[in-house]
Amino acid sequence: MASRALYSPRHPVLKKRDDFEDVLEERRRSSDLRYALRCYTPTLYKGLVPCKASMLKTIVLQSDHLQYVIKQVSSESGDSTECVAEEASLILDEMAHRLQLSTIRFFAFTLSKAFKRLFRSVCVNEEGIQRLQQAVQEHPVVLLPSHRSYMDFLMMSYLLYMYDLPLPVIAAGMDFMSMKFVGEMLRMSGAFFIRRSFGGDKLYWAVFSEYVKTMLRNGYAPVEFFLEGTRSRTCKSLTPKTGLLNIVMEPFFKGALFDVNLVPVSISYERILEESLYARELLGVPKPKESTSGLLKARRVLSEDYGSMHVYFGHPVSLRSLAEGKINRSQYNLLPRYIPQKPRVDTHEFLNDAAFRLVRIQEENMVLKPWVLIATLLLQNPDGLELSFLTEQTDWLRHLALAFGAFLDWPDHEACSEVISCSLALHRHLLSVSAGHVQLNVTDAPQVETTPEEAVFHRAVVVLSCASYRNQILHVFLRPALLAVAMQSANSNRKDDVYNCFNFLRNMFSNEFILCPGDSIQDFEEACYLLMKHGVLQVLEHEIVMSASGHSTLAFLCSVLDPFLQGYQVVCRYLCEETNENLTEKDFIPAVRSFALKLILAGRLKCCEALSSDLQKNALAALLRLKAVRKVKVGDQVTLKVNKIAVNSLEDTLGKSNVNQNSWCSSMAMLK
Amino acid sequence: MASNSSSSTAQQRLRIIAGHLQKRPEDEHPSVAAQECKAETSRSNPSSATPVPKRRQEIMKWNGWGYSDSRFLFNKKGQAEFTGKRYRLSGLILPSLKDWFEGTFGANLQHKSPATPTVNLSAVAPPDLNEPFVEDLKAAGVAMSHDPEDRVFRAHGHCLHEIFALREGRIGRVPDMVVWPSCHKDVEKIVELACKHNVCLIPYGGGTSVSSALECPREETRSIVSLDTSQMNRILWIDEKNLTAHVEAGIIGQDLERQLNECGYCTGHEPDSMEFSSLGGWVATRASGMKKNIYGNIEELVVHIKMVTPRGVIEKSCLGPRMSTGPDIHHFILGSEGTLGVVTEVTLKIRPIPEYQKYGSVVFPNFQQGVACLREVARQRCAPASIRLMDNEQFQFGHALKPQVSSIFTSFLDGLKKFYITKFKGFDPHHLCVATLLFEGDRGKVLQHEKQVYDIAAKFGGLAAGEDNGQRGYMLTFVIAYLRDLGMDYYVIGESFETSVPWDRVLDLCRNVKERIVRECKERGVQFPPLSTCRVTQTYDAGACVYFYFAFNYRGLSDPVHVYEQVEHAAREEILANGGSLSHHHGVGKLRKEWMKESVSSVGLGMLKSVKEYVDPQNVFGNRNLL
Repeated sequence: MASRALYSPRHPVLKKRDDFEDVLEERRRSSDLRYALRCYTPTLYKGLVPCKASMLKTIVLQSDHLQYVIKQVSSESGDSTECVAEEASLILDEMAHRLQLSTIRFFAFTLSKAFKRLFRSVCVNEEGIQRLQQAVQEHPVVLLPSHRSYMDFLMMSYLLYMYDLPLPVIAAGMDFMSMKFVGEMLRMSGAFFIRRSFGGDKLYWAVFSEYVKTMLRNGYAPVEFFLEGTRSRTCKSLTPKTGLLNIVMEPFFKGALFDVNLVPVSISYERILEESLYARELLGVPKPKESTSGLLKARRVLSEDYGSMHVYFGHPVSLRSLAEGKINRSQYNLLPRYIPQKPRVDTHEFLNDAAFRLVRIQEENMVLKPWVLIATLLLQNPDGLELSFLTEQTDWLRHLALAFGAFLDWPDHEACSEVISCSLALHRHLLSVSAGHVQLNVTDAPQVETTPEEAVFHRAVVVLSCASYRNQILHVFLRPALLAVAMQSANSNRKDDVYNCFNFLRNMFSNEFILCPGDSIQDFEEACYLLMKHGVLQVLEHEIVMSASGHSTLAFLCSVLDPFLQGYQVVCRYLCEETNENLTEKDFIPAVRSFALKLILAGRLKCCEALSSDLQKNALAALLRLKAVRKVKVGDQVTLKVNKIAVNSLEDTLGKSNVNQNSWCSSMAMLK
Repeated sequence: MASNSSSSTAQQRLRIIAGHLQKRPEDEHPSVAAQECKAETSRSNPSSATPVPKRRQEIMKWNGWGYSDSRFLFNKKGQAEFTGKRYRLSGLILPSLKDWFEGTFGANLQHKSPATPTVNLSAVAPPDLNEPFVEDLKAAGVAMSHDPEDRVFRAHGHCLHEIFALREGRIGRVPDMVVWPSCHKDVEKIVELACKHNVCLIPYGGGTSVSSALECPREETRSIVSLDTSQMNRILWIDEKNLTAHVEAGIIGQDLERQLNECGYCTGHEPDSMEFSSLGGWVATRASGMKKNIYGNIEELVVHIKMVTPRGVIEKSCLGPRMSTGPDIHHFILGSEGTLGVVTEVTLKIRPIPEYQKYGSVVFPNFQQGVACLREVARQRCAPASIRLMDNEQFQFGHALKPQVSSIFTSFLDGLKKFYITKFKGFDPHHLCVATLLFEGDRGKVLQHEKQVYDIAAKFGGLAAGEDNGQRGYMLTFVIAYLRDLGMDYYVIGESFETSVPWDRVLDLCRNVKERIVRECKERGVQFPPLSTCRVTQTYDAGACVYFYFAFNYRGLSDPVHVYEQVEHAAREEILANGGSLSHHHGVGKLRKEWMKESVSSVGLGMLKSVKEYVDPQNVFGNRNLL
């Protein structure tokens, strides 16, 4: 049964979540081979007309939509329609999946082996699976997992096979294709491949969208794709992309489907396989090209312990309920439905809004491990903490997080110190523990090369790796933290002053975090509610006043955002100081990086996170959105035109938040 | 004298009826006679006796569909039977209806919800008469009544909520009086007096409206007068040269057809309600007939319309078959739903009675194939007089109405047919659907046409399934309204509604609307899944008309009618969202008014409003339909 209300007013503490089952337990007890060869009879969509992959291809190529576009392209380009049709057929060959049960069985076997070595447990909410079983029979299903690792879609298919659910067809980036053997294997396990960018290619878009829609309309198989578009290197959810969402929603808009069940899936890892890889990538070491040999080298990852993994299948969201009152479907009445139409403004708004809300559901159902709390605290204390104090603080933070509705997987019957030492052990490569003092592994100097740059670089890898864990819990603290910072930077305690500051920060950071557009007031009220309930604030009619006991919480919340405030300031400062008139977009990241590096080396900047290309990109996107920077196309190059006055004033405003915050930090220190 | 001349008219008409009228001059007499409209005595003549008396309640149900003597009931043995003698089904036992009824609705014969047997006259508000109007009308000699039963009878159509209320004995605002004009002149007089005394007129034809069009507006403060056209029911002349007939608009469908048949002609206009609905009503709602593929819908059938409006009489000056004289003024009248005036006389096209008629049916493995076949038939423009495609649920419904088979041989044959279709041909009995066909014309052409259609059907996997199935399919449409009354005796309520939609959206619309109904029922606490079924009932070049039946068991609901209305509302929203029209032939009335602007744009609505404003500034025709 699809849930009607996608987004009910949040009462975080009351939120009920399903229990987990470890799926590896059974695998450790019985034969993997027998498991891989067992009878697989998935529950199917009620209206399903069974068809083979080759049949699917014919349907797509002969569809009115594609035929129309082929004719259109042919008349524009002057090529014969046969020629264009041939091209379309080739595109489809390149793209199409060739789902085969034998390959699935092969994967069922090998992945069982691999998962057992990698993970202590893989936990799944079985109620979610049951809901999915129901949903699959009712309406075509779109699976929307979060994306943190390559493991994600392998795990998805593995689990669906395990629970006798139809295997999804998965939109995967073309880069996998270059992995010769593996690419084909993935294809035979249901992946279909799309080019990363095909903005202007009408034919490609037509083939692709028709392919997805046909599968959906026939109820052929659940369609799976990643709303975030790519793996999040920072473990923060990425601003969702709406292109594919539009494709899967269109059959409903145009009446070809009664409804579509959108199922957000949250996949969380206690330790991410690509952890340090991501950190290096963020620091400018390009990501290794996907290749089979690379994958083989990655074998050594098999010998490490990656803790547990959690997969939470959220409540199916009925697209029909979601669109009710927002999309006027009769807008499609006056044009034959095979003629492609750009989404109208209101449709686009709806897509965007829906995408954000779905990502927020993913976030909320993301399981957080104790290490996430520890990482948060360690990052805020670069000089390290006494183990006993860390334990005390973690326990405090745990209660705060729970009060704010975090989905924390904290072992029930273990002492806090036990839990913490367990977590520290799993992540020992990131820290050093000596004489009861816990510190991030930042000072651990590498063996030979010790140029200052390399030292900073090494420290940054550890910090960014660690930050990727802290980032997982940011969505819990984000709104209260924005309010905390807003309160410090506002000129008064007046509610509207605070709200204005809150809104400014929210606006500034809306490329950085998942903040639903237009939800500014709700977010503000949610933040007020949470902090008030926790006794940090008193919200009066016109004023917001801090409670006597609220200091430490507010200080903590402020420092949660501190790296981002600093990072954005660095970007602003760079843009103000940069004299090159012809700064190209391409050069922006390296230039900011070296600017930040200089600041760090000069001791003027402590925050390594300013080196993260993700943060820099987001900051630039925000500045572009706020029109403080403009993109100008000069020849082939896109250059950035900086409105220095605007950037300067943004930096000032950010600085104000930050300066005040520093005073908060010191006040916290005093309290301690 | 008048009596003499009209009885001789009747004699002449008898000769017309014999179909051997030879001399032209005699032909002109009836039209002359028509001017003498006060000829009450002519009605006593058996050959022109009208089956619609002024006191309709004497032969028709006051709180249900059709004739009082005809109804479905479950007899003591629990078998369904249809009473009376009027229909082919009358007096027959329908052995499988009970199982179908109980199985489909989860209904139980033990749980009855009987109707109030008689009108509670004390619940009828006393008439608010406009005395000067009544006086003037009396002086003009127009028949009238303010008897409560007469008034109650004309206060409603056949929407579910209207009938449901009557069955419960609830009576809302009813007209304050009923007038029976007997000719065009009478109507002119009535409208003139209504304007003079500012009373509200609501034209009333057959009373078969399903759009709340006959409901008295609650906000109306004036005296409401129901103008019953039933006594204006003569065929004034028949012109065999041009194949036209000039008819008073109050005539009901079956009488018109019967009388024309007696002269060897027909209009071919057969809406499902033709037993009771009137010519004027067809014009006022843009009616559609089952055999429109041969004869056309009402707008294609009319040659000339005469309508009395508060501004005077509107009509064209000649009987030319088509003209280019600006926008066709007929189209202000067609579909005006009684808001502009009273249609009094209509010149219609007539056709010789077809030599040969043949029913037929085709079974398809599923609905998609069936729709594809109908589309192809429409593409080749070879649709028979009628072609309808029933979905699986409706097919089963039709089967439940099979009368008891008299011989073992027939039931054996039925068994064999079923075996052939489901086992040998592999049709899934839960997916197969059936198209019913009706061919008309001269024998050779019909057979040739039949072959052509069956050949097309075969391309879409269709198997010919006999005349019997076809005929039963058409019978369903005549008895469905009687069946609703049976359902209402056992906690089942339902109704039908329709739309028209482009071909490429037919399947999607049918599926989505049916599913929406099921979903809405579930969400509103309906305990048992509803009957939600449709048929493609008309084909056009560019699309089709789709007809939905929807019914559910309302036990356990505190306000079933409200639930019903919400579901119907949702279904209409779904239709509009899927590219369907607001109505194909039922009209807008007050039930669907809220969507008019969306349907015809605000400029379109403004145009209609400005016409209303010019024609009827006082809102004498105050039924508040449409606009």
